[in-house]
Amino acid sequence: MEDLLPKQKLNWHKWALTAVLLVALVWSAFITDAHLGLFFTNFSQFTELFVEMAHVDWAYTGYTLEPMLQTIKMSIIGTLLGSALAFPYALLVSRNIVTNKVVVGVFRFILNIVRTIPDLMLAALFVAVVGIGPVAGIFALTIFTFGMVSKLFYEAIETIDPGPLEALRAAGGNRIEIIRFAVFPQIANYFVSYVLYAFEINVRASTVLGYMGAGGIGVYLQQALSMFRYDRVGVIVLVIFVVVLAIDYVSGKTREALL
Amino acid sequence: MTELKLPNPPAQRRWGKVLAAVIFIGLVIWAFTGMPAFSIKANAVMVTKSIGDGLIHPDWAYVWTGDGEDLTSTLLETLGIAILGTFISAVISLPFAFWAAHTKHKFWLVTRSGKFVLTAIRTFPEIVLALMFIKAVGPGSFAGVLAVGFHSIGMLAKLFSEAIENMNGGAGEAVTAAGGSALDVTMLASLPQLLPEFVSNTLYRFELAIRSASILGMVGAGGVGTPLIFAIQTRSWPRVAIILYGIIVLVTATDWLSGALRKRLV
Repeated sequence: MEDLLPKQKLNWHKWALTAVLLVALVWSAFITDAHLGLFFTNFSQFTELFVEMAHVDWAYTGYTLEPMLQTIKMSIIGTLLGSALAFPYALLVSRNIVTNKVVVGVFRFILNIVRTIPDLMLAALFVAVVGIGPVAGIFALTIFTFGMVSKLFYEAIETIDPGPLEALRAAGGNRIEIIRFAVFPQIANYFVSYVLYAFEINVRASTVLGYMGAGGIGVYLQQALSMFRYDRVGVIVLVIFVVVLAIDYVSGKTREALL
Repeated sequence: MTELKLPNPPAQRRWGKVLAAVIFIGLVIWAFTGMPAFSIKANAVMVTKSIGDGLIHPDWAYVWTGDGEDLTSTLLETLGIAILGTFISAVISLPFAFWAAHTKHKFWLVTRSGKFVLTAIRTFPEIVLALMFIKAVGPGSFAGVLAVGFHSIGMLAKLFSEAIENMNGGAGEAVTAAGGSALDVTMLASLPQLLPEFVSNTLYRFELAIRSASILGMVGAGGVGTPLIFAIQTRSWPRVAIILYGIIVLVTATDWLSGALRKRLV
């Protein structure tokens, strides 16, 4: 019976990969001082915090609404500014719009670097530049959105049907006309969908930006945590949860209708 | 010659667009109300200048000092946090994925509750999680490992469950028809289909884990974030710059490596 199955080739690179992974795991456990035992012996402390959080301080809910609204406002403005910057930039790095390989290569390299900067670090930097407050958060979200949306945009632009582009080019249309009448109608819906997607991510991200002093609900989260008021932390986490769920739902339905 | 005109779009769609535009503009106006007016302070220009100065003249000496607090050591620690955290979360994600996957012969409430739990985990702020683990195991990279490991479940189990949902049932039925047992179905039909997808998802999540691991140190959970927040607080921009460059190199390198591996898998 055994002979009926085709013999599997012994692929050594799969085994080599597994070995590398195992070594990496052992090395990681070593370098991070991981003691699973420590985690289990102190597990009671962890659950204790959860229990404290579960005793939600409902009276505090009223105070969280104002900063939560500020967080949403920050996300709206940040998403808007970031996407507005991303649109021309995405055209600049699309291979089917700009044919100069050097220009595309250089601007893509810059974009990739922008995309690797963590959002909390952007927040900390902008707090240093413009001071504590929601403006720092808006700037951080703008850069963050710009990096994320530019990539989604140019990938969408590069997959469009080249027919209308060629037709307009043949009819003597200039760059602006090509973008307006050949590119834009094909991707408008994708753009709106990606902007909404970025907005969902930004609402999540902006809830913690305040931790660095960049405005919104994160500021209250940081205060509650530093005062060890876990009952308040519980309220804030719940409010964030509800708002994120609601925004995900509305945005998801809108995106479904668009695509 | 008569003027050529494009036909008007159907009235219903036009009204929908107008309504969407009104809602959009209303939201934007609302968003700008109550925002403090943005004004460039004199010291903002100075700070920007010194940041730019730091970016041009990064603190190269910090790359390697040999005391274990330098850039290379903390970056390696960050890498360790991401690897171990992603591994832990991949293991825990498996049962969660089967719980949340929408498959046949399953009561809808089970799937629904599984998906809800995953959303809750995803939404729980990672920083709060890190602080809770710091309380349990003390500050350091192990707290970071646990935070990454726990937080990643939300997304990883979701991706896993989607892979399970999209699995082709034909192969399993074929094994059953040929007289295979349930174990044979798992080993010969399900696992070969799911494994590449699972590994690919895990690698993707690892790319994101590197990014979170590099900032979790800002609250004391180990890795390169700890020297970063100190450098920002003391306004030593050359050091901030070299740490930023280090993070960029680490993220780019791991992205490239994991992307190359994923391409070979799928």
